Amino acid sequence: MFGYTFQWKQALSKLPQMLDGALVTMEIALLSMAIGIALAVLLTLFRLSGNRVLNGFAVTWVEVARNTPALFQIYMAHFGVASFGIHFSPFTSLLIGITFNNAGYLAENFRGALKAIPETQTRAGRSLGMTPLEAFGYIVMPQMLRIAFLPMTNQMVWAILMTSLGVTVGLNIDLYGVTQDLNALTFRTFELFAIAGVIFYLITKIIQLGARLVAARLFRY
Amino acid sequence: MFDTALSAADLWFLTKGAGMTILVTAVSVVFGTVLGIVFGVFRYQLGAIWAAPVTFVLDVSRSIPLLIQLVLANAFLGTVLRLQMSGFTVACMVLTLYTAAYCAEIVRGGIDAVPLNTRRAARSLGMTWAQDMRYIVMPLATRVALPSWIGLALGVMKDSALVYVVQVVELMKSTQILITRLQEPLFLLLICGLFYFVISFPLARFGGYLEKRWSND
Repeated sequence: MFGYTFQWKQALSKLPQMLDGALVTMEIALLSMAIGIALAVLLTLFRLSGNRVLNGFAVTWVEVARNTPALFQIYMAHFGVASFGIHFSPFTSLLIGITFNNAGYLAENFRGALKAIPETQTRAGRSLGMTPLEAFGYIVMPQMLRIAFLPMTNQMVWAILMTSLGVTVGLNIDLYGVTQDLNALTFRTFELFAIAGVIFYLITKIIQLGARLVAARLFRY
Repeated sequence: MFDTALSAADLWFLTKGAGMTILVTAVSVVFGTVLGIVFGVFRYQLGAIWAAPVTFVLDVSRSIPLLIQLVLANAFLGTVLRLQMSGFTVACMVLTLYTAAYCAEIVRGGIDAVPLNTRRAARSLGMTWAQDMRYIVMPLATRVALPSWIGLALGVMKDSALVYVVQVVELMKSTQILITRLQEPLFLLLICGLFYFVISFPLARFGGYLEKRWSND
């Protein structure tokens, strides 16, 4: 029909290698998400601190992360900082790039979530004798993370999709990188990338389902 | 540190790259939005079950890395179907579907935000479905949807950095070409980032302003 012979068997025989790559992809995404959330909370604190320098730092981070492509951020982490004599491995560069991006987007989500939490709660906490940090950590932050849970899930999905950019800085152990290398060996471009696409789709679905289960478990009143 | 081999011609090369980025984005966003509105209304009108095939395709477009979508589309159109298509066409097609996938969700959210009683009132005044859509739903839904739509358009602009895989020389690729030649990665990347920032930041701010201005509280 197509004048093109599909070689699914040959491509499918590479499935174990690709699944190993998928593990690396998930590892990068989870790490970048964990560090990203921690940094985003820190950036949110900076914004709340009232200190102009800290606030400016947080605003700059968020605006740069949100207004430049993720690819640019990863290039910057790999080729950009190399000008200062700092050389990261492709894995580290990709992790830094995605984490930077995650932290920026998440900090903005947190800021939106904060608007839904009445100021009076902080004041109530303070009047009970909590320090500002305690009031944030015990009262505001848990609610903030709950409100921002759905955007966080979306960001997690994006983190998975962004790992495919690692190939541009020479990473060849993640799902996309492995597929690219196999493609160079076998030239079954369509079959291999179709399989990689299915794996990515399944990972995304698993994350969305998992997030729903976690949310049902964590957020019942 | 401040002397550079960057010439005016190179800067022009980068500007042309930025022009290509904007062109790809504009084409994809225009077609993607039209398609997205059609899909969004379709999805809303038919309900979850009948619209399932459309929903599935759009969901796939949101769950697979754009890089893979581009490579797959290129391989399918080029090697499997043997069509002679330029990278630009392939890039626009993939990005259009990608935009439509997100736009359909935004449109659906916008329609959902129109109170049903308002629409019933319109229908009881004798308006047809089309009139209701045109004169009641569209103005109200646009208010809700426009800020997110601006965000989407900017997202597509940033994601268009990936179309280098189908041999389209846009801003990111032209920066890469210059880096290979001049060996000044930091400086060139900063210029490239500045280009993106200058395109994206004012529009993002405008979107934020609209969101604040048009919110109901």
